[in-house]
Amino acid sequence: MKTSRPSRAALAVVAAAALVAGSAAACSGEDDGTITLSVGLFGDFGFGPLYEEYSKLNPEIKFEERIAEFSDHHTNLTTHLATGSGAADIEAVEVGFVSQYTAQPDRFHNLLDLGADELEGQWLDWKWQQALSADGESLIGLGTDVGGMAMCYRTDLFEAAGLPTERDAVSALWAESWDDYVAVGHQYAEATDGAYFFESSGNMFRAMVEQAPEGVYDRDNELIVESNPAISEAWDLSVEAIEAGMSNRLGAWTPEWNAGFNEGTFATIICPAWMTSYIETNAPDASGLWDIATVPGGAGNMGGSHLVLPEQGDHPEEAYAFIEWLTAPEQQLKVFEATGNFPSTPSLYEDEALTGLTKAYFNEAPVGEIFTAAAQAVQPQYQGPLQGDVLATIGQGLGRIEDGSQTPEEAWAQVLNDLESFK
Amino acid sequence: MIQGRPGSSPGRPRRPVPDCESDPMTIAAKGKGAPVKTAPLLRYRLDLKASPYLYIAPFFALFAVFGIFPLAYTAWVSTHEWSLLSDERVFVGFGNYETLLTDPYFWNALGNTLSILLLATVPQLFAALFLAHLLTTRLRGQTFWRMGMLLPNVASVVAVAVIFSTMFGRDFGLINWVLESLGAGRIDWQTGKASSHVAIAVMIAWKWTGYNALIYLAAMQAVPREVYEAAHLDGASRLQQLFSVTVPMIRPTIVFTVIVSTIYGLQIFAEPQLFGGGGTNGITGGASRQFQTLTLYLYEHGFNRGFQFGYASAVAWTMFAVIVIVALLNYVFIRRIRSS
Repeated sequence: MKTSRPSRAALAVVAAAALVAGSAAACSGEDDGTITLSVGLFGDFGFGPLYEEYSKLNPEIKFEERIAEFSDHHTNLTTHLATGSGAADIEAVEVGFVSQYTAQPDRFHNLLDLGADELEGQWLDWKWQQALSADGESLIGLGTDVGGMAMCYRTDLFEAAGLPTERDAVSALWAESWDDYVAVGHQYAEATDGAYFFESSGNMFRAMVEQAPEGVYDRDNELIVESNPAISEAWDLSVEAIEAGMSNRLGAWTPEWNAGFNEGTFATIICPAWMTSYIETNAPDASGLWDIATVPGGAGNMGGSHLVLPEQGDHPEEAYAFIEWLTAPEQQLKVFEATGNFPSTPSLYEDEALTGLTKAYFNEAPVGEIFTAAAQAVQPQYQGPLQGDVLATIGQGLGRIEDGSQTPEEAWAQVLNDLESFK
Repeated sequence: MIQGRPGSSPGRPRRPVPDCESDPMTIAAKGKGAPVKTAPLLRYRLDLKASPYLYIAPFFALFAVFGIFPLAYTAWVSTHEWSLLSDERVFVGFGNYETLLTDPYFWNALGNTLSILLLATVPQLFAALFLAHLLTTRLRGQTFWRMGMLLPNVASVVAVAVIFSTMFGRDFGLINWVLESLGAGRIDWQTGKASSHVAIAVMIAWKWTGYNALIYLAAMQAVPREVYEAAHLDGASRLQQLFSVTVPMIRPTIVFTVIVSTIYGLQIFAEPQLFGGGGTNGITGGASRQFQTLTLYLYEHGFNRGFQFGYASAVAWTMFAVIVIVALLNYVFIRRIRSS
């Protein structure tokens, strides 16, 4: 006992020292001159081949990708920013969350100081603005994709309902407005004895709101859900569609929703560019059955992301060099070809390589042309700090009408009540 | 708390303990000021008396760091308006608790939690009792059956929740398919309050029934065989033996399982969250909050928009109180099982 005690203490000291040394070594990882950049994403952005390409050009840079589920990703990012540790060197931020982060620019590296100030003209103007802080002094992220909207529809179901199936003719059905779209829905329901026209009313509501000049927030970050006429119109039209039984009541990303693409339980779904690859991978058996028409009510944006560099990251220069390269038009085009995520850099919109692209899965639909037109026509809408959560809360209100637990009036009252806690 | 202030208690006067040998702390105190010549002996005695405390100290040190400190800190945070997104922290006293107790969504979550707890725990413990009873009989491949009981418990809770959520699916779920082929209608499991509670309760019961059965089985093995023989001679059937002999004999074990299941049941999170399908419905437990549990309610406020840690901490402490109350009620209730 006696003799062993000092040695035990020594052992403990050595062990502790080893631990400290070990963790220190793990942190730096620069003994051999390589730098590992961690990249935090939600879902697969199709960056895999680009990491390899970049590492070939810059052998000292290695990558480690961390993929989380959409809402977990943003929750984790917020937590990591607040606690000052745990964030990746490079993090993706979806547009519904970006203004929450531009409100705290000091938590990010200012990309204007790292060289982005010379690149402003590279992106769509509104895409650039979205990542800019309120005072315009700092830029927290570079844009990856934009979600110009289109309308995907099932040709087999349209044919069975006696509707046109050719994409221009389908676009013409609702070229004027969402009212026309709902009118087609009535027609479809009659012809098919009540089959579902779309997957969920929340998505349709969101699309209508995204197209309006003002959404749920005004420029002073005040909620205008109650006063904005565009919102009450969208709500009323959604309620009309629900009451006519057009909604399949499928929550996005649920197993039932996934299955619906293959089984054809609904006839149309609003599809931003990033959705097309999702449909393709999720419903391989429905190849050739889906096609793409234009969205009612003009253009609008739904989704799209930025890449940001949290301030706690140790390698801002290297990380910046990488995202500048990654979001350059050439690379954005490669991502589009691989995944369908549509580029946010307008120089490509003239490029035959982009506009000429078609997708076999969607009956050779000219996706390049369709989404280029959609992206160019987008009138940017101001996104407030809790944009995504506000829309989700309203969507839940519509969900309560869909499942019959509330009348439209009750649901609307509860939405307004719930939104009180957002102020 | 009681351990913390024995010295100040008036019932225990400060006086030297007559038998020094029995109190290691006294030795330790003495050892410090003791002359050098007795050092080896003292060190030996110190080792003998103090070492056990030293050996268990890591647990208490860890418990203090990861148990007591977070508890106390959470209580402190709960008295503030404390958001992760802002550096300003305003002391609000019991303001968060007041808001909480007047929020109908909190009471809704409490009701849902208790309902799921009842639906999950009661059938589960009865089933576990029967299974354990069956396992005490002579079976071929006894170990196989016993280990098989534990398999659902080994599966990750997320995997269980994902698979069951698919089975309880509205359009393509296995259970609705069976119901339909039997001529019954489809059920939209997620939308209804009762149906969603049943679905979540099934997930919990699936995971924990076998575990509780094994605990009961272990307790049953300790019941002397003579008692059963006597009951058998008196003409008791196997079922009568179960309820009149086994249950009273393993009462402490039943108390244990009831309390552990209660604590677990009041904290369920992954099952309703995944059942809701991710996104907002997973956080609010459906569009009408029909299956939002207390933990989901906490999550909604603490780790969703706003990151209101102050409010979430108040929820956490309230949950703690609820768990203590429910566990005590259960304890009192179960104690009423009398040995005949």
